[in-house]
Amino acid sequence: MSIDLSQFFQVFFDETEEHLLALETLLLGVDRMAPLGEDLNAIFRAVHSIKGGSATFGFNDMTEVTHVLENLLDRVRKREIVLTEEMINAFLEAGDVLRMQLAFHRGQGSVDPDVVQGVQAKLTVLASTMGSYSKDTFPVENALVPVFSGEETKQKVPESVAQHDPGYGFFDEGHDFFESIRETKPEPDPDPDPGYGFFADPVFPVADSSVPPSRTGKAEQAQAVSGARVEFVPERVSRGRRATDQVGTDSSIRVNVEKVDQLINLVGELVITQAMLMQAGGSLEGVRYEPLKRALGQLERNSRDLQEAILSVRMLPISVVFNRFPRLVRDLAGKLGKQVALKILGEGTELDKGLIEKISDPLTHLIRNSMDHGIEMPEQRHERHKPSFGTVTLNACHQGGAVVIEVSDDGGGLSRDKILAKAREQGLPCHDAMTDAEVWNLIFEPGFSTADRITEISGRGVGMDVVKRNIHQMGGRIEIDSTVGLGTRTIIRLPLTLAILDGLLVAVGEQVYVLPLISILESVPLTSENLRTISGDGRLLQVRGEYVPLVVLSEKFPVSGDRSLFPETPPIAVIVEAEGRKVALCVDALLGQQQVVVKSLEANFRKLAGISGATILGDGRVALIVDPAPLVQESQFPRTGMV
Amino acid sequence: MMNQKDPIPAVAVNEFLVFTLGSEEYGIDILKVQEIRSYETVTRIANTPDFIKGVINLRGEIVPIIDLRVRFHLGEIRYDEFTVVIVLRLVERLVGMVVDGVSDVLSLTPGQIRPAPDFTATLDTHYLMGLGTVDQRMLILVDIERLVKSEDMALTEKTVAE
Repeated sequence: MSIDLSQFFQVFFDETEEHLLALETLLLGVDRMAPLGEDLNAIFRAVHSIKGGSATFGFNDMTEVTHVLENLLDRVRKREIVLTEEMINAFLEAGDVLRMQLAFHRGQGSVDPDVVQGVQAKLTVLASTMGSYSKDTFPVENALVPVFSGEETKQKVPESVAQHDPGYGFFDEGHDFFESIRETKPEPDPDPDPGYGFFADPVFPVADSSVPPSRTGKAEQAQAVSGARVEFVPERVSRGRRATDQVGTDSSIRVNVEKVDQLINLVGELVITQAMLMQAGGSLEGVRYEPLKRALGQLERNSRDLQEAILSVRMLPISVVFNRFPRLVRDLAGKLGKQVALKILGEGTELDKGLIEKISDPLTHLIRNSMDHGIEMPEQRHERHKPSFGTVTLNACHQGGAVVIEVSDDGGGLSRDKILAKAREQGLPCHDAMTDAEVWNLIFEPGFSTADRITEISGRGVGMDVVKRNIHQMGGRIEIDSTVGLGTRTIIRLPLTLAILDGLLVAVGEQVYVLPLISILESVPLTSENLRTISGDGRLLQVRGEYVPLVVLSEKFPVSGDRSLFPETPPIAVIVEAEGRKVALCVDALLGQQQVVVKSLEANFRKLAGISGATILGDGRVALIVDPAPLVQESQFPRTGMV
Repeated sequence: MMNQKDPIPAVAVNEFLVFTLGSEEYGIDILKVQEIRSYETVTRIANTPDFIKGVINLRGEIVPIIDLRVRFHLGEIRYDEFTVVIVLRLVERLVGMVVDGVSDVLSLTPGQIRPAPDFTATLDTHYLMGLGTVDQRMLILVDIERLVKSEDMALTEKTVAE
């Protein structure tokens, strides 16, 4: 197989993956009772593109599945048949099958032919049974057909329907439909169980009527006992729709990430060269150098802009990750028998591509935890006077130079007593006087799990410590906040990008080190008053009544014949936090704050203990970036050893 | 002198970059050499063997610098205007090597290369390609790739689990 052909394969794989993702997002977002023609068309287009691509490249198994799927979708699109929950489930399964086949063609994993057969059979059955519906039973739907064919008016019509009859009108249309098909349909109770009073708004009837016809008679029971389904809050739906609106209009090109990284490196070089020029030009005096200085100033602005622009190329909206979760929540809710709504906010927040790839697993884990341990069963929620639908909220936003991602739920919250009991059982260091924050931090310890039982969903207590480690590897921080009975909130703070770091430049002897700003809490001058010792060599810094272990960087990173360039000023203790613990780093002087381009030491050299990377300063010299985490670990280690 | 156009096409003619360390002359395969630079201040790295001088910025790449004179325990070590750094491009990485001076590029035929005798020295004979003879000069031909990648150079990741 020639190289050229495999290059085309790669494009097909990438595109198909995008189509599959779009398909899933659209299917989960679509309003079953009043699907927008635009959405149905977009779903159809995604499937059609996959079919076309797979046929071109000779992936016949995918073509077969998409063919059946396409036929069915085409009829849904033409309003010949009505979209049901059952069909959406089948479509999602078909999407999974396609993904499996795609992975197989990529040389990863294998295809289970039974599953493929099953889905194909399901789709065929759906196509044949649904086809018998007479058009006369859908006066409203039929009336809409000509309108939907026009591009401009698509959105208006269903909205106006919803406005004219707030929730109940089109529900009545549903009655007609169910009655004419199955004469057995009983009169739905217009006043549902008082326990669902929270859903007295239009959301509830919509959910109710979405139950497939065969179960409508028992709709209420089903809802109360096993009703496991996901309801999307309106914001999510409207945003999702906006995102899909853009699919057709965005013009973009596909570029290899390596090329972008190469550009970023080159621009980084340019900025350094520019800084060197500035330094050289800054010392020139006299009128005749004015034009040169002006040009240098302009060069500085231009190169900064260029750097920002090129870095933004690597940035992707976090919706790339968030979009996977509606499906996860839907499936999990079904498995757990819980009712969970997923609320997504700030999905437009941009994040470096490298981080986007790495954040997915930790977030999946947190959502699973929230759903499994956080959100209670519907009856329990009812007893606690909460809506039977639990809410898991994903929120992303920019805060300063960082991205903050929050996963919160309105479930039972963490139990302090349970965690402490469990920690004692596991032999973790703990006592009753610990603050709540310290207690919550215990769940990040390896091997810790408060689950009463081990479920397939949230693993065996190898969870939160891995989540924490992953976040730390990304240069981020994780915190937990919880209130019993009200819910739990997990906050992740990440740097905007891995390529650039906000750093504090410090002098240690003749060397310059960079401390990541995200882990710095404060810095204080080191004097004889705030320095304390334990048994002669263990040194502690006293800050406002708190004792923080002190690490002298020049001892930690000894370089022979090195002496301080700042002998007159007192050394400075920079207090950094990593993994929830603090340590004070003793340095000779603070040189300033700067954004630095992170370079890999491993490319030509190797990993160094306590160093996370290197950067190039404005004068062309190399400075090492200190990784606070191992320093914190080492400084804490002797304590547990002595006790 | 680089290209003497010896009419021996059948035999592989190897070109060697000749440099001096103290009073000794060494040769390395010229195809492994990327460039030769003057010695500049390095950023020193703590907790590494003393022959690792530190790292420099080579047009945006962070490149480690080793001093072979320290590694081979060659008497006095001076850093002056003749001190040069040979930047080697090995299979996966760039490494800078401090030497006392670069003198020549010589072509050696296989006939001019004698196998190195087995003897104990700081430089393990394992890293020698042989001894080259040109007129009265003896060139110590070093398999630089093997030497730099060797474990005791501490330039590569140790196999210790993290």
